[in-house]
Amino acid sequence: MSTTQVTPTRPWAASPKDRALTASSVLLSAAITVGIVLGTPMKGKLAYFFVFLITWLIVDSLYVVRKFGAKGVRDALAAKITLYGAVVVSMAVFSILWATVSEGVAGLNLAFVTENMRNASFFDPIGKGGVLHAIIGTLELILIAIIIAVPMGILTALYLTEIKGKAAGLIQFLVQAMSGVPSVVAGLFIYAAIILNTPLRASAFLGGLALSILMIPTVTRTSQEVLNLVPRDLREAGLAMGATQWKTVALVVIPAARSGLITATILGVARIAGETAPLLFTVGVFDGYNFNPFVGGTGTLPTVIWAGLGAGTPEAAQRAWSAILILLIIVLIMFVLARTVGSRQFKKK
Amino acid sequence: MSLDAPAKPIPQAREITTKPRVSDQIFRSIVTAFSFSALIILALIALFLFIQGFSTLKEQGLGFITNFEWSVTTDEAGKEIADFGLQAMLIGTMVTSFIALFIAVPLAVLTALFLTFYAPERVKKVLVTVVDLMAAFPSILYGLWGLFILMPMAVYWAELLHKWLGWIPLFDVPQPIFTRSPFIAGLVLAVMIIPIITSVSREVFAQTPLDRVQAAYALGATKWGVIKAVVLPFGANGVVGGSMLGLGRAFGETVAVYFVLNIVFRTNFEILFTQGGNVASMIVLKFGEAGETEIGALMASGLVLFLLTLIVNFIANAVVNRTVKSGR
Repeated sequence: MSTTQVTPTRPWAASPKDRALTASSVLLSAAITVGIVLGTPMKGKLAYFFVFLITWLIVDSLYVVRKFGAKGVRDALAAKITLYGAVVVSMAVFSILWATVSEGVAGLNLAFVTENMRNASFFDPIGKGGVLHAIIGTLELILIAIIIAVPMGILTALYLTEIKGKAAGLIQFLVQAMSGVPSVVAGLFIYAAIILNTPLRASAFLGGLALSILMIPTVTRTSQEVLNLVPRDLREAGLAMGATQWKTVALVVIPAARSGLITATILGVARIAGETAPLLFTVGVFDGYNFNPFVGGTGTLPTVIWAGLGAGTPEAAQRAWSAILILLIIVLIMFVLARTVGSRQFKKK
Repeated sequence: MSLDAPAKPIPQAREITTKPRVSDQIFRSIVTAFSFSALIILALIALFLFIQGFSTLKEQGLGFITNFEWSVTTDEAGKEIADFGLQAMLIGTMVTSFIALFIAVPLAVLTALFLTFYAPERVKKVLVTVVDLMAAFPSILYGLWGLFILMPMAVYWAELLHKWLGWIPLFDVPQPIFTRSPFIAGLVLAVMIIPIITSVSREVFAQTPLDRVQAAYALGATKWGVIKAVVLPFGANGVVGGSMLGLGRAFGETVAVYFVLNIVFRTNFEILFTQGGNVASMIVLKFGEAGETEIGALMASGLVLFLLTLIVNFIANAVVNRTVKSGR
């Protein structure tokens, strides 16, 4: 008796016939698309794209209805339309990324990242002057905001996860509400409370204060999520060893959540790095280096971009694009850092 | 060992108490004190904007909300006549935000459904990153993109809309100028609020009870059948809440709208025409050249905007929290 060798099959895989059908439906829809776009006053690549999406939807449904009936068509339509939604959203993102890189690269040169605008203006040809002062200013603001917002955010999160006091529900609700405060209101508030009432004038410190209002909710909510992930056993073990709650939190819970808390900080920074509206009221303007955060205006990337767009010449617009490319790179670095640091914690679990 | 050796004193039983030790009391009170920072900051914002905007609010009364004039003039006697009304700006904010919702909600819900039910694992990972990245883009970048990249395209779309649907009053224009219109501002805002609506919807859809989903499959439902009969009814509240969070975001957006909207103090419902209003952008626009009286009016506008977004956010969070909790 001979044994038959069973070779694994994949009955669900597309057969050559299925593939031919799919290819023919795509080709047919493409042909119809070209016909429609040429025959009507529509123009441009996007017109081809969207008309193709719709014709393919219809053509493919005609193929499906033969095989699976009306119910199958509805299912296939739903699958395609949700895909289209995701495609349109991704297109917007890639359009933004592509525009920033392609428009911004032209204005990048060594001077742009190593000089300030002290001896140059927005109207000079590209290559004269740079935005190093604004990069430094933005980093300065971020540092100030971190110093204020991170302790406040993490302590609030500790209240919500460790102490769980009577007001926890209320605080939770208020933190959520605070994350919806419009950025322009944060700037107006600092202006109304400090610039109009005290001798302090627009400076990096006030800008950092305004930004920290926007940063606290992000830090709080992310830290809270991370602290909730710390296993209860760890806390109970700490308390059972006779540690006080304070020691348990400081020596067990926080070290266990450390990388997550760093992620929370980085996400908070990503949230505020590009904020423009609050800075218009609080940091003033300056086109050179200003290392004193309490006195005098400071140049920052968002305000430089803002001023460049307001100036209205091609050189100024070019500078704005290049500055936003640098800003975007800073935000992307934060984003990647947050992901790598954050994923390390979750892998450990 | 002799028995009559003096007995060791019996150790006193340790006093057992639930009272936290001093170090813990300090720790708890510090943390509790800081946790009220959110409350204090929100209260201070309202307080200071109210103090600075008080004179305007008192002078203009309810007219501050219902009038649409915005001017400071000096009469012959050298006395300032101030006339501040937010109506055009408030309506403009609503118009742009609702256009944004109208575009963003379907796209975001479709994306969330695709991510939860259709996307292969690898595509899903990439797409989630893309959506998160979208949320991290600075708003001034959206403004720049809207102004230089989207506007030329959107003007063409607006012309098409006007040509084919111009008989609807909404799509009519007094003059054929289509740049910097509420429609374009709505488009930019839509792109900006898609990530938040997507992530809330995704979170809610992912919480659909598995037993109900599997029951539907067992009854012979297609994937779309499951989504229609189980997932959407379950997640509807979450989608509403997420959309309201997006609405709150759109109300308060400043810089992006500033670049793509021509701010005019006139109530305008013709969304394709180059004329619109937005409270947040108006504040930035007027701030540069504002005198003392006008600063007060801007503070009052900020207060109105703050309260508006606060209310929308409160409702949105209440809706989302309820849905997410009931799913657990």
